[in-house]
Amino acid sequence: VTLPSSACEIRADVAARRISAVEVCRAALAAIAARDTSLHAFLHVDEQGALARAAELDRNPPPDAPLLGVPVALKDNICTAGVRTTAGSRVLENYIPPYSASVVERLTAAGAVIVGKTNCDEFAMGSSTEHSAFGPTRNPWDESRAPGGSSGGSAVAVAARMVPLSLGSETGGSIRQPSALCGVLGLKPTYGRVSRFGLIAFGSSLDQIGPFARSARDMAVLMRVLAGRDARDSTSADAEVPDYETRLDGDLAGLRVGIPRALLGDGVEAAVRDAFERGIAELQQAGAATREIDLPHAALAIPVYYLVANAEASSNLARFDGVRYGTRVDAPSVIEMYYRTRARFGAEVKRRIMIGTFVLSAGYYEAYYLKAQKVRALIRQDYDRAFADVDLVALPTTPTTAFTLGERLDDPLQMYLSDVFTAAANLAGLPAISVPVGVSPGRLPIGLQLTGRAFDEETLLRAAHAIESRLPLPTP
Amino acid sequence: MADILTQADVERIAALARLELTSDEIPRFAAQLTAILAYADQVQQVDTSGIEPDASTTLASAGRDDVLAPSLSRDALLDQAPAGDRQAGLFKVPRVLGS
Repeated sequence: VTLPSSACEIRADVAARRISAVEVCRAALAAIAARDTSLHAFLHVDEQGALARAAELDRNPPPDAPLLGVPVALKDNICTAGVRTTAGSRVLENYIPPYSASVVERLTAAGAVIVGKTNCDEFAMGSSTEHSAFGPTRNPWDESRAPGGSSGGSAVAVAARMVPLSLGSETGGSIRQPSALCGVLGLKPTYGRVSRFGLIAFGSSLDQIGPFARSARDMAVLMRVLAGRDARDSTSADAEVPDYETRLDGDLAGLRVGIPRALLGDGVEAAVRDAFERGIAELQQAGAATREIDLPHAALAIPVYYLVANAEASSNLARFDGVRYGTRVDAPSVIEMYYRTRARFGAEVKRRIMIGTFVLSAGYYEAYYLKAQKVRALIRQDYDRAFADVDLVALPTTPTTAFTLGERLDDPLQMYLSDVFTAAANLAGLPAISVPVGVSPGRLPIGLQLTGRAFDEETLLRAAHAIESRLPLPTP
Repeated sequence: MADILTQADVERIAALARLELTSDEIPRFAAQLTAILAYADQVQQVDTSGIEPDASTTLASAGRDDVLAPSLSRDALLDQAPAGDRQAGLFKVPRVLGS
């Protein structure tokens, strides 16, 4: 039996009983077994649970299930009932959630098979997956390099063809950045598009769950499953969810793409610049018109992001105190117990909690946090103005290709700058996608990023589809 | 001009956040946090007069009807706690008062 590699083919073949869900599941588990000893994309592979679930789908296939029998991997900050969920942290190393995230329930209802939980920077704080308490993930294009992060495990699971689809989460670029560095598609949906119920919180005004895929079509099918209002997440929006898959026609006539060229400064590698221009040329070939635009405040996205996100993180991570869940380090008094338990956070998480605590503290709140929120409003206004004239904004996803493991670990600022082109979309709440546009001379993948209007994931997927049908996905 | 964080500042902030730091973390964090704040100081150069702070990007309506609905059982939650006591229905913690 030849196993199909795309989610759409798997769904069709399982529905027609040309192949069983169990066979597909075994193939995914075999691919994980073959590759993951060196790559370390997974923190936990739920072999028994996945096989039992696949067998159940073979016995009682739900009708019209859009992801029937499709193996999916989840970032380990997405809660799975009865399956260990660590968020890459020692603080949660034994945490077994008593409930599943809404996205897990939606995947299950759609016929997907969840095969395991993927590695990430601790509490999704990082851009390389090296801040995982359980060791780094390696980039399948060059195992001496980082896959990006924080959703590095989910990016690698799809790039190394262990699974066709996975979920990650974003606060400042944690899906798009690793998708670019690993050569797959990554989408950060509009803030409020996908329920966050069951996502371990980091920066609540920024966090969003989103998909990784190897084709726009597979991603379109998954997005239709994920998107929509959820009463258990009061920030989830009640906006119409189109049938994205049927809109992918490869024709971009009438589409207007803006390029903020002033942002493409010295920090952008020549290979990235070249691949970006190639991607833009393909958009034009598909019928899109391009024009230069100005986003005068977008260059401030990283400083604003690190003030806002860390302030929110310092509040969200206060809950890890050894009382209600996670691990506890015993001590004679409750205060000492807090200190010792929280000493188990890794260095990056401690740094961010301290930055956040500082910028929210008396005397600094106005100068840092409030000021950052005002600049955030200006960044959002820049995009509002741009979207009066264009439908999409194009930039490289990252300024460089994948960096070497360890290279940026002791220089937090350098690490933060890998998100220089991605953080603005989170601050403005807008949807953005990264699409592979080729490889560098040294054979490292490069991504082109498109940002759209709020709730217009459809145009992102249409443009991604047009690019990929002209520039086929590179393979490691 | 951005704030320069001394080792004493780092210890004070860590205490506010109930974080225990090792002796080598304190000087390292003082240097790193100072560098990060110096970088973030760019926001001070921006003219934001008349701009309202944008604290949230939500477009959803947060309101909902206040109705009873099933939730997780107390036992399921206590089972996850490092020292949950099903019998008593309580989270146990070390001594809070006195020494």
